[in-house]
Amino acid sequence: MTADNVLFEIKGLKKNFGDLEVLKGIHTTIRKGEVVVVIGPSGSGKSTFIRCLNLLETPTEGQIIFEGSCITDKGYAVHKHREKVGMVFQQFNLFNNLTILENVTISLKKVKKVPAPAAEEKARALLRRVGLEDKADAYPAQLSGGQKQRIAIVRAMAMEPDVMLFDEPTSALDPEMVGEVLSVIQDLAKEGVTMVVVTHEMGFAKKVGTRILFMDGGVIAEEGTPQQIFEDPQNERTKDFLSKVIHVI
Amino acid sequence: MGITEIFLNYYQYFLRGTQTTVIVSLITVLLGTVLGCLIALLRLSKFRLCSGFAKLYITVIRGTPLLVQLYIVYYQLHFIPWPEGSILGVELARVMPCILALSMNSTAYVAEVIRSGIQAVDFGQTEAALSCGMTRTQAMVNIILPQAVKNILPALGNEFVTMIKETSIIQYLGVGDLMYNNGIVITATYNPLPCYYISAIIYLTLNIVLGKGLDLFERRMKCSDR
Repeated sequence: MTADNVLFEIKGLKKNFGDLEVLKGIHTTIRKGEVVVVIGPSGSGKSTFIRCLNLLETPTEGQIIFEGSCITDKGYAVHKHREKVGMVFQQFNLFNNLTILENVTISLKKVKKVPAPAAEEKARALLRRVGLEDKADAYPAQLSGGQKQRIAIVRAMAMEPDVMLFDEPTSALDPEMVGEVLSVIQDLAKEGVTMVVVTHEMGFAKKVGTRILFMDGGVIAEEGTPQQIFEDPQNERTKDFLSKVIHVI
Repeated sequence: MGITEIFLNYYQYFLRGTQTTVIVSLITVLLGTVLGCLIALLRLSKFRLCSGFAKLYITVIRGTPLLVQLYIVYYQLHFIPWPEGSILGVELARVMPCILALSMNSTAYVAEVIRSGIQAVDFGQTEAALSCGMTRTQAMVNIILPQAVKNILPALGNEFVTMIKETSIIQYLGVGDLMYNNGIVITATYNPLPCYYISAIIYLTLNIVLGKGLDLFERRMKCSDR
């Protein structure tokens, strides 16, 4: 196996919440430059899986190896790992007490110890890219959902992570705002940013994904290229799921 | 003698007493807030020993009268060589145990207020802060506490007002606060009612000023609410 471009190696990942077994053994490898899209019915463990990747959930069993180090080892500096992994949440989770500019700069200043002027310059440049530079001094409460999510993406990208995780980034948005957020994510994908995206937007998965993971019942039931999964699914459960969600297309 | 006359003749006593009351209240409120923060964090700690200690502390303090606590602290800590001398006519050896007891009391109440404030902040805020690479402490200091403080400002203000009034208890240890001086004036005039009215007006004025200050602060904190 070529270890060079392997970012995540996930071996036998299991996660229980009390008696509930949510992840029942996930095995997969995520390489640099990949856009891995995770789909599947609700309750299949998609969110838990992606949250394990930056250890917001502590796996019950199994190993996650990131860039050669086993991050599931006891005593591993979790916050050091999270510096290299950007995360975008369904509910945006912008820091409500900070302005938009501060939202983007705070981790640069506090975590990476970037001096304030340099951090602000970088933040403004990123805000300009998503067309929200004029909102720099606004507070999150003053923005629309779509704007908040674009800021959340900028906030994560400011840390120059090695991989971006998106946990249903458009699920809490009004329909007319989904497009603006997806197009930002798509731009990042074009630039070669490695990402793992949990989504229900099948059109987006098909267009942007380089690999699709179909999860069901806490395992990866099927994986393959978008063509394989969407045009010629092999697993019965995949077929059943797709028939239910792609009725519009 | 009427109320005006008493005030004009004895205003120095009331003034000196007010001075002591204000200083003791200020120090108590500050210490109580800082220590209250600490106890709140211990209470929320995932280490059983820490949260257990905080729980016990809060239970004991809330379950016993302040006056009893005051006497216990005073007599129990008698062995401590409190600094000699006095500031603004108040003996340090008397006032310091008082401030300690009042702060310990305030700490328990403030801790519960702060805990409720912290728990009211959406957990997503913590998750987002951690995801950015912040440590738990950084997330608490930069993201959670500022939002918690905003939530609890009214309740905290309540606690501050209560504390100003409760300092009147330190007269029992002979500290020259407002109520203590009030007593002196009563002895001198044999006319208690006007004296109590004057003291009441002074306490009320202090709390109105405090209330205005808190209002201002609250309005400033509201700027992130759109």
